Amino acid sequence: MTITVNSRTTATAPSPAMVRAVGVRKSFGSNEVLQGIDLTVEQGEVVCLIGPSGSGKSTFLRCINHLERTDGGQLWVAGAPVGYELRGTRLHELKDRDVCRQRTGVGMVFQHFNLFPHMTVLENLMEAPVRALRQPKARVRERALGLLEKVGLAEKASAYPRSLSGGQQQRVAIARALCMEPRLMLFDEPTSALDPELVGDVLAVMRDLAASGMTMVVVTHEIGFARDVADRVAFFDGGRIVEIGPPAQVLGNPEHPRTREFLAAVR
Amino acid sequence: MSVMTSIPVAADTDLTTVPRRHPLRWLTGLLLLVVIGLLVADVATNPRFGWAVVWLYFQDVSIFHGLLTTLELTVICMAIGIVLAVALAVMRLSANPVVRTFAFGYVSFFRGTPVLVQLLFWFNLAALYPVISFGLPGVHLDANTLITPFMAAVLGLGLNEAAYMSEIVRAGILSVDHGQTEAAGALGLTRGQTLRRVVLPQAMRVIVPPTGNETIGMLKTTALVSVLAVHDLLYSSQIIYAKNFQTIPLLIVASLWYLVVTTVLGVGQYYLERRYARGNRTLPPTPLQRLRRLVGTHANVDRSLR
Ligand SMILES: Nc1ncnc2c1ncn2[C@@H]1O[C@H](COP(=O)(O)OP(=O)(O)OP(=O)(O)O)[C@@H](O)[C@H]1O
Ligand SMILES: [Mg+2]
Repeated sequence: MTITVNSRTTATAPSPAMVRAVGVRKSFGSNEVLQGIDLTVEQGEVVCLIGPSGSGKSTFLRCINHLERTDGGQLWVAGAPVGYELRGTRLHELKDRDVCRQRTGVGMVFQHFNLFPHMTVLENLMEAPVRALRQPKARVRERALGLLEKVGLAEKASAYPRSLSGGQQQRVAIARALCMEPRLMLFDEPTSALDPELVGDVLAVMRDLAASGMTMVVVTHEIGFARDVADRVAFFDGGRIVEIGPPAQVLGNPEHPRTREFLAAVR
Repeated sequence: MSVMTSIPVAADTDLTTVPRRHPLRWLTGLLLLVVIGLLVADVATNPRFGWAVVWLYFQDVSIFHGLLTTLELTVICMAIGIVLAVALAVMRLSANPVVRTFAFGYVSFFRGTPVLVQLLFWFNLAALYPVISFGLPGVHLDANTLITPFMAAVLGLGLNEAAYMSEIVRAGILSVDHGQTEAAGALGLTRGQTLRRVVLPQAMRVIVPPTGNETIGMLKTTALVSVLAVHDLLYSSQIIYAKNFQTIPLLIVASLWYLVVTTVLGVGQYYLERRYARGNRTLPPTPLQRLRRLVGTHANVDRSLR
């Protein structure tokens, strides 16, 4: 599949936006999961994606990282088309290696942490910077230890992930993503798999991160977090964004009946 | 059947527990011991076992050389098998349907024909291709000198093993949670790095135990190469008994050596499995640790008894 871009788009290509999605579509077989997503995330902005199960939030997030290929529309991260290279007016699909290079600029945190169980916490943090970015070990190590300190787990550097609580594992996963020094962080329901009393620690780390100016796209069911931290909230339903705006508007005074229904259900 | 009746007992009465007896367990154990005892006595006293001859040839130099050849074959064939198996397993999981089908065909072919037949085929390769050139100009190899019996054995056993091992490796790779591949990809690791650094180390836990069995199986399967006149452990003893007609004692010699090596391999496998179970669960102590603990804690036991 090739996506052709008109020359006007090309002229404005290095866009200042961190994420720019224009009519992004994605299907699994006959199931059209994303039916034209338009979303722009500015640098330093925190956008929360909310919406019912199966509405396509995770799929959209995964498209931003090219873990899923899009079937239509355009998706740009930091001015570069995701998974493609712009040559003239044509988008050429990237080789695996270049896709990997593109992903190094985007950190991702999963619902189930996905830490590497055969590596210690420190090794988990160091693996990608050393292997994918080929940075010197000593420098990475220093940065990794600093990040562990920041997420409050300095003393767990040599522990194996399975010996940690869910909340601790998720904080390690955040530190692991940050160790790549990404420009953009994606979170897919980072607290959904946690016991209620552990959610706070993880959200606190994410608040700090947002305050430090990191650009973040967060899929979450934590309405409180979205209200406090998000610059904008997007409500997904049936593969579309039906409502988007500042949290006070979308969460406090929703226009769309589906949004109202959803918020009433999660409260 | 007894019916339980509850008899009221004062709460402060000291009650003693009487452990259940197991008379049947004792009886079967005893019977088995008697049978084993009779068997051992017979084997030890039957002169046709020729224990003196066994002991003599157990230390024989040509038997020892045969054993070395057997070990050498086992190591080389397993090495070939494992390396090819990883390649085949990765091919089976490839996105390219041609590559996938090739790997599937390879496995079906080598698993579907007896390894003895494969060995004979390799041994008689010269009949099919008297000259081997690998399709390259200037390369002109005589198949009869290239395919020595040992070479035929290595090819036959190694390629066949690859088919079996590839299924084991594939199962191992599939046992690793897909989230691991995803997380590695999201961090920017290439597919090769993900396989080597993240997936295979975790797959080892599933791969190692059956690989131990395969190695032990391979050690025994190498006995087949005696039909190609490779001087392995079995063939070396056959040469001797062809001359002195001490068939049974020499077969016992070979069996004893096979048994010694498989036992050693079994112990090695045990420790290897423990190594790859790291970070997964608390491990039970090894027999050695148990022994040490038993000796070491006697003082404590005494104290607690006092
Ligand atoms: N790999 C896949 N193959 C086929 N269908 C998929 C795949 N991944 C997701 N889907 C389907 O896409 C739809 C959207 O899934 P998605 O995970 O994006 O929803 P979500 O909004 O994140 O929901 P949740 O809140 O439950 O996580 C669902 O109907 C799901 O079944
Ligand atoms: Mg989801």
